[in-house]
Amino acid sequence: MNIKRVISRGLFSLGLPLLILILLATLPFYAPGYTAILLSSIFMYVVLTVSWVIFSGSTGYISLAPAAFFGVGIYSSALFGNELPLGIVIGIGGIASACLALLVGALTLRLKGIYFAIFTFGLVMLIAHLLLFWEINITGTRGRFVVLVDYNTIYYVMLAIMVVTLLTSFLIRRSKFGSALQSIGENEEAAVHIGINVTMFKVIAFAISAVFTGAVGAIMATRWTYIDPFIAFNPLYSFMPVLMAIFGGMGRLYGPVIGAAIFSYLEEFLITKFPYYYMLIFGIILLVAILYLPDGLVGLVQKLRRRITGGKYANTGR
Amino acid sequence: MRILEGEGVTRYFGGLAAVSDVSFHVERGEVAGLIGPNGAGKTTLFNLISASLAPNSGTIKFKGVNITGRKPHQICHMGVARTFQTVKIFANMPVIDNVRLGAFFGTSSGMSAAEASREAAELLEFVGLQAVSAIPARDLTLANQKKLEVARALATKPELLLLDELMAGLNQTEVAQAMQMIRQIHDRGITIVMIEHVMTAIMKACDRIIVLHHGKKIAEGTPQEIASSETVINVYLGEQSYAGG
Repeated sequence: MNIKRVISRGLFSLGLPLLILILLATLPFYAPGYTAILLSSIFMYVVLTVSWVIFSGSTGYISLAPAAFFGVGIYSSALFGNELPLGIVIGIGGIASACLALLVGALTLRLKGIYFAIFTFGLVMLIAHLLLFWEINITGTRGRFVVLVDYNTIYYVMLAIMVVTLLTSFLIRRSKFGSALQSIGENEEAAVHIGINVTMFKVIAFAISAVFTGAVGAIMATRWTYIDPFIAFNPLYSFMPVLMAIFGGMGRLYGPVIGAAIFSYLEEFLITKFPYYYMLIFGIILLVAILYLPDGLVGLVQKLRRRITGGKYANTGR
Repeated sequence: MRILEGEGVTRYFGGLAAVSDVSFHVERGEVAGLIGPNGAGKTTLFNLISASLAPNSGTIKFKGVNITGRKPHQICHMGVARTFQTVKIFANMPVIDNVRLGAFFGTSSGMSAAEASREAAELLEFVGLQAVSAIPARDLTLANQKKLEVARALATKPELLLLDELMAGLNQTEVAQAMQMIRQIHDRGITIVMIEHVMTAIMKACDRIIVLHHGKKIAEGTPQEIASSETVINVYLGEQSYAGG
């Protein structure tokens, strides 16, 4: 392979993310306020999707638990937001979610396939209803107010969480830990017989993905100001990461990122432009994507690249 | 010295005793064969040894240590590796990564990335797959996928290797190659237990053969003894009877 190509690729893969990061970090100084608000929603979805892919993308266990972890983060903010500084509240959100993931993971990761998906979805419902019961019968409230934080702070915190999530995902993908997770997705029985402690690896990956989901929930809550159990534990936040990851494609790190970015922008755009037809259009786009882009946008990009280079570099794996 | 020893090993599936009160042993350094008609419980016995399944009763000892109740990855770390009747490879990973994972995780002490890569490359050469090390494992032929499974198992540095129907589905040439591979693995000082239906292969390769039928051990001995044993012949060919008259 020629050296120029390697260097230019290196610059591309290091320089481009850095450039985007600088642009994003300085954005609130020159862009209208709405852009920052829109972008922090996009960041939230990127974090939800990338952290979902950390666990489910590699191991093949479809988790519908993100809404549970997200909700735990939201409630951490509602409970401690008034007394503690924001950074600690976000930390509590992340750690509480991870603890829930460790507990649930240790109990249920022996379930396979659809059973695991259904159980994790049930978890979201269970927590929402338990919480509602508690709030009504014990604390005598229904919802809670969350402390207000200004938009720029939310923007930067979201950006920071997103950068950490992406870095973590990047490092996991290249590590021994990542290839162990990959092997579980490929063939769990073979993985366990070559000495991989699959239960431990699965539970840890599940917990890592929960940390970021919980943290992002804690900061998002401050934008909503009022929450109740069904706002916090909205199943939509379980399904969106799955759809976004499929739309973007899970083969590469950038897949879930652009999947989440385009999807959440699309949602915002359709809601404002076509409030009555938005769900309909959304559904059609999703169907078309699943039918014609089985490997998501990543697959499309790879197919195009292969066509441009005339198949010369086709099928080199990675 | 006995490297592997089972006593009264029993496993039920519902009401059916897949393996029933089987006691067996494997000497260090030998090639032992495990034969029997379909459904005799051979693979179940492998699953019990490698801890895919737990026995309902009985104990299994490896190097004198009771290993019943341990987890499969612990059994692997202790030095027992296996292959599968239907190949279980990491299909979408490159061939070399399949083996490298075995080297990474197969020993309890672990290995550095460079060491694991070197080990993997060497093992691929050993089984004759060095030319295809970069392609995805799913693109290999069945014979090569089976070789890959063996290389991956060897990467975990086993003292005992369980081969489950290595030769099923292979043609004459491939069977001959597999036979040679088994001899070479044996030369490395690794004890082998193999399940096989290819009789010529098992008679040539094994020092000792254990015969299972309906979950019970019905015979045990050298290939000559097994070949001339009346019980074994009855099981495989049916009992001799007088037709008509």
